[in-house]
Amino acid sequence: MHHALTLGNETLHALPSGALYWPAQRLLAVSDLHFGKSNRLARRGGSLLPPYETAATLGKLDADIAAQNPATVLCLGDSFDDLDAAESLSETDSLWLTRLMAGRDWIWVLGNHDPAPTGISGTHKEQAKIGPLTFRHIADPSQSNEISGHYHPKAQLAGRSRPCFLADTRRIIMPACGTYTGGLWSHDSSLADLMQPKALAILTGPKALAIPMPR
Amino acid sequence: MTALPTPLPTPLTDWIAAKGWSLHPHQTEMLARANAPATLLIAPTGGGKTLAGFLPTLAELGQNPAPGLHTLYISPLKALTADIRRNLRTPIEGANLQIRVEDRTGDTTQTARKRQRADPPHILLTTPESLALLLSYEDSAKIFANLQRVIIDELHALAESKRGDQLTLLLARLQTLRPNLRRIGLSATVEDPPALAQYLSPNTQILQADPGPNPDISMLSTPQPPPWSGGGGRYAIPEILNQIKAHRTTLVFHNTRAQAELFFHHLWLANEDSLPIGIHHGSLSREQRERVETAMAAGQLRAVVCTGSLDLGIDWGDVDLVIQVGAPKNVKRLVQRIGRANHRYNAPSKALLVPANRFEVVECQAALDAARAHTLDGEPRGAGPRDVLCQHILITACAGPFSADALYAEVQTAGPYHALTRPDFDATLDFVATGGYALRAYDRWQRLKLTNGQWRLRDPRTAAIIRQNLGTIIDIETLKVRIKGRLGGQPLGEVEESFASTLTTGDTFLIGGEIVRYEGLKEMTVEVTRTPGRDPKVAVFSGSKFATSTVLTDRILEIFQADTWPDLPPHTAHWLALQRTTSRLPTRTRLLLESFPHDNREHLCIYGFAGRNAQQTLGLLITKQMEDQGLAPLGFVATDYATLIWGLEPVTNPTPLFAPETLRHGLESWLNNNALMKRSFRAVAIIAGLIERSCQGRRKSGRQATFSSDILYDTLRKYDPDHLLLQITKEEAMRGMIDFSRIEELLARVENRIDLIRLPRVTPLAAPLFLEPGKVPIHGKGREKLAESAAAALMQAAGLS
Repeated sequence: MHHALTLGNETLHALPSGALYWPAQRLLAVSDLHFGKSNRLARRGGSLLPPYETAATLGKLDADIAAQNPATVLCLGDSFDDLDAAESLSETDSLWLTRLMAGRDWIWVLGNHDPAPTGISGTHKEQAKIGPLTFRHIADPSQSNEISGHYHPKAQLAGRSRPCFLADTRRIIMPACGTYTGGLWSHDSSLADLMQPKALAILTGPKALAIPMPR
Repeated sequence: MTALPTPLPTPLTDWIAAKGWSLHPHQTEMLARANAPATLLIAPTGGGKTLAGFLPTLAELGQNPAPGLHTLYISPLKALTADIRRNLRTPIEGANLQIRVEDRTGDTTQTARKRQRADPPHILLTTPESLALLLSYEDSAKIFANLQRVIIDELHALAESKRGDQLTLLLARLQTLRPNLRRIGLSATVEDPPALAQYLSPNTQILQADPGPNPDISMLSTPQPPPWSGGGGRYAIPEILNQIKAHRTTLVFHNTRAQAELFFHHLWLANEDSLPIGIHHGSLSREQRERVETAMAAGQLRAVVCTGSLDLGIDWGDVDLVIQVGAPKNVKRLVQRIGRANHRYNAPSKALLVPANRFEVVECQAALDAARAHTLDGEPRGAGPRDVLCQHILITACAGPFSADALYAEVQTAGPYHALTRPDFDATLDFVATGGYALRAYDRWQRLKLTNGQWRLRDPRTAAIIRQNLGTIIDIETLKVRIKGRLGGQPLGEVEESFASTLTTGDTFLIGGEIVRYEGLKEMTVEVTRTPGRDPKVAVFSGSKFATSTVLTDRILEIFQADTWPDLPPHTAHWLALQRTTSRLPTRTRLLLESFPHDNREHLCIYGFAGRNAQQTLGLLITKQMEDQGLAPLGFVATDYATLIWGLEPVTNPTPLFAPETLRHGLESWLNNNALMKRSFRAVAIIAGLIERSCQGRRKSGRQATFSSDILYDTLRKYDPDHLLLQITKEEAMRGMIDFSRIEELLARVENRIDLIRLPRVTPLAAPLFLEPGKVPIHGKGREKLAESAAAALMQAAGLS
C-alpha cells in the first residue's frame, strides 16, 4: 500500500518498495540502484561479494514496473556503481534491463557514481524538469519542488530500521533502491538541515508507513 | 633421577639453591622429557606450571646463547604475556643469564614490532592473533629460522574456540618451517586429557602432576535473601566486604563486565574503611588494567573485582579467597576460578559462591555438589570450522606463493582439520580465490591467481587489508550511551547495537549503575534521560553468555525433586515450595508450560532446562509456529532454564507446537531466515575474509557506503543457497548458538508428556524472566500491527494526521 504525497500541487505515490510513482505523468522514479557494485569492489582488489545484487535490484524494479505499467521510468542517479560497472553488466542482466526498457521512455539522471552518460540507451540528463517538478541526484537547498536521491535516508520505527522517503512541502528525498546499499539516519545533520520542521519520513517495507521525520 | 638431556645452566641451579627452593617432581620431569616432540603438562594452578614449561628452554639456551628466536610462548590473554615476562625476568636476571624475553601483542608499539622482526628476542611471548600476523609476512621463514620450541599456555581455554582452531593451523605452518619444532601444552583444568593431547599434536605424551588438596568451597550466607531477579549480587555487599576484611587478598569474579562495573560502583560506596579495591576487565583501557595488575603484584590491593579477564594464569601469590558472584554456568570454569586462590602448591584454595538471585541459589548448590564430586563438564568441539581455514589460506597467500597439495597436506596435520577432505579443502580454496559462487563472475578479478602450479595474491597490495582483518575474535558492535542534550563529556557506557535496536522511546534500562529512559538514537549514540526510582524494563545486554552445562541442569532438576530443601537457604526453599503450590516444579521427564496474562500481553513460559542457546532456538521455533497460527507473538527471552514468549493471543493447545517432526521441519525453514543465523553469518563472513571489520579507518566516514551483512546473507540465500559460507554458518549455528542437539535431547526425555497450566498471573519461577536482558523481537504481523498504531500515534501527536 502506497503513501500519497503532494509536491508542487502534484500527487505522488511513495511505494513500499522505495520507488515513487507519479500517476498524472505515468512516471516511475527510482534512485541509487548501484548496479554492478560487487563488480567494482572486486576490480579494486576488495572482497568478492555475492555477484547477485544487480539481478536482485532488477527483480525489484521489474515488479514495480509490472505493477504500475509506467510510460516513463526515471533513474535518479547512481544507477551504476561506476562507469565501468555499466560496461561490465552480465549478458543476462543486460538483456533483462533491455526488456524492462522496451516500449517506454527511460531517463537516466547522472549521479556522483555515474557522472557521465553510459553506453546504455535511454535519455541521459544532468537533471530532468518535468511539469512543475525537477529531478536531480543531489538536493539543492536553494530549490523547491525538487525530487532527489543520493543520501540513502533510513529511519527507525518500533525497533527496526528501514530505508525511507523524506518529504516536506519543498522536496522529496528518495531511499536507495539498490540491493547492496546502506542507509544514512534521517537525524544525520546533512539530512536534518535539508528538511523543514514538519517533514515526514515514509518508511519502506511491507507497507509505506509515514511518521514525523526522526531528528 | 634420570639423566637430563641438557642440564640447567649452573648459575641458574646456584640461584635456585641460594633461594632455598627445589624443583617440583613434574618440573624435573619436564626437563627429562625435553626432547619429546610434544608434551601436555597438567598441573594445578600454583604448581609452577609455566616455569616447568620454560625449563627446557632455559637449559638449552644456557648462560650466553647465540642470537635468534628459540622459544615462542603463546597465551590466550595479553595480560598473561606481560605477567610471564615479569616472572621469567626474576630467575633470568637473578642468575645473570643473557636471555632476551619480549612480548608481542596488539598492545606492542609499531617500532618495537618492526625491531622484533629484524632482531627477534630468544623468547617471544605472544597471542594467536599476533602469531597469525607474524606468519603472514613475506619474511616469516627468516623470523622463525632458529625456532626450537613452542609453549602454549592454558591450552584447554584455547581449545574451546576458533582462536584455538586457528592456532593449530599456525602451528602446522611453523612445523613446516621447522620440522623438529617441539610443542609443550600447559593446562590446569582438563576434563578429557587424551582429547586435549590429540589436539596439541597426534604424538603427545601426557604428564600429570599431583593435583593437590581439595578446595574449600561453600555458599556465602547472608541475612538478606538474594533478590528475585537480576545478576549483580549487590544485596551481598556487606558480607562480601566483611570477607575482604578477613582475608589478605580477595578476587571477586563476575560473569559479565557490566555486572562487574555495577558491583564495583556499589562496593565502593559501601567501602567505609576505604580498603584498597580495584577493578579489572576486558573493556578497560590498557593503562587502567596495567595499573591494577601492578598494584596487585605489589600486594597493595585487598580485593579486585574482575571478570573472565582474570580467569587464567596471572600469578598473584597472595590471593587467599575467591568469591564467585552469580552462578558459574559450568563446573570447569568454577574450578578454574577457585584455583586462583592460594596460588601455592599443596595449599587448599578457598572459595565462596554468591548466587545473584533466587534461582541461582539452586544453581550454585548444584555447582558446589558437582565441584566436590570432581565432575567436570565439557563438550567435544568437532571438526575445525572452514571460515578459519579461509583466513589461514589468506595468511599463507600473504606470506608468499603456495601449492594447493602442500597446503592441504600441512592443514591435515592440525588436530581439528585432521579429517578435512580434499573436496572440502578445494572448495575452501576456491572460495578464497574466486568467491566460490555458482555464477562465476570474477574470472578477471580473482583474489588469488594460479600460475605455474602456485597460488598467489592477484594484487599484492591487498595483503595490507587482509592483515588488518586477521583474527577470529569478532567484536560485538556497540553504541555509546549519553545523556540527551549534553554534548561531550563522558558517555555513561556502551550497549550492544542489537540491544539498542530493540529499544523504543520510553523504555527504561540500567547502565553504569543508574536507570535511564531511552529517548532516541542520534548520530550512532543512544540518547537517554535520567529516570530515578523507576524499575528498569530492560537491562544492559553485555558480556559473553555461556549455556549452563548439562551436568548442572540435570543436577538442578534433581534438586527440584526433593520433598524439602534443608541444604538450601530458607528463602529459596520457601520460593520453590511456593512455586510447587501455585503451579508446579519442572521435572526431567515432563515439559512444564505456564500460560498467564501480564501487562496487557499474553505470556507462555517453557521450562525446557536445555541451556540458554537451545532455549533461544526453541523460542524462535515456537514463535514461528505461533505466527503461523495467528497468535501474534511479539518477542521472547531465553535463559538457561526457560523461554518466555509474549504476544497478543494465548496459547491453548501446545502439543502440536512441540511435535518433534514439526520442530525439525520448522528448524530447516526457519534456520534460513532468522536473526541468529544472520549474526552467525556476519562472524563467519568476517573471519573468512568476505567482509572487512568495520571501524577501521578507511571506512570511518563510510556513512551510507557500508551496508548490513544481513543483505549479503539474504542475497546468498536467494541466489546461491549452497554457497560455502552458508554451509559454514549452518554448521556453526547448529552446534553453537542453535544447539539443536539439546532440543532433541529435551524432546527425547519428555516424549509427549507436556503439561500446560493456565494461571491468572505471573508465577514465582517465571517472574525473574521478566528482567532478563537479551529480548528478541519477532517481526511478524503482531509487530506490524503495533508499528502501524505507533506510526498513527506519532502522526497524531505531531498534529500531522
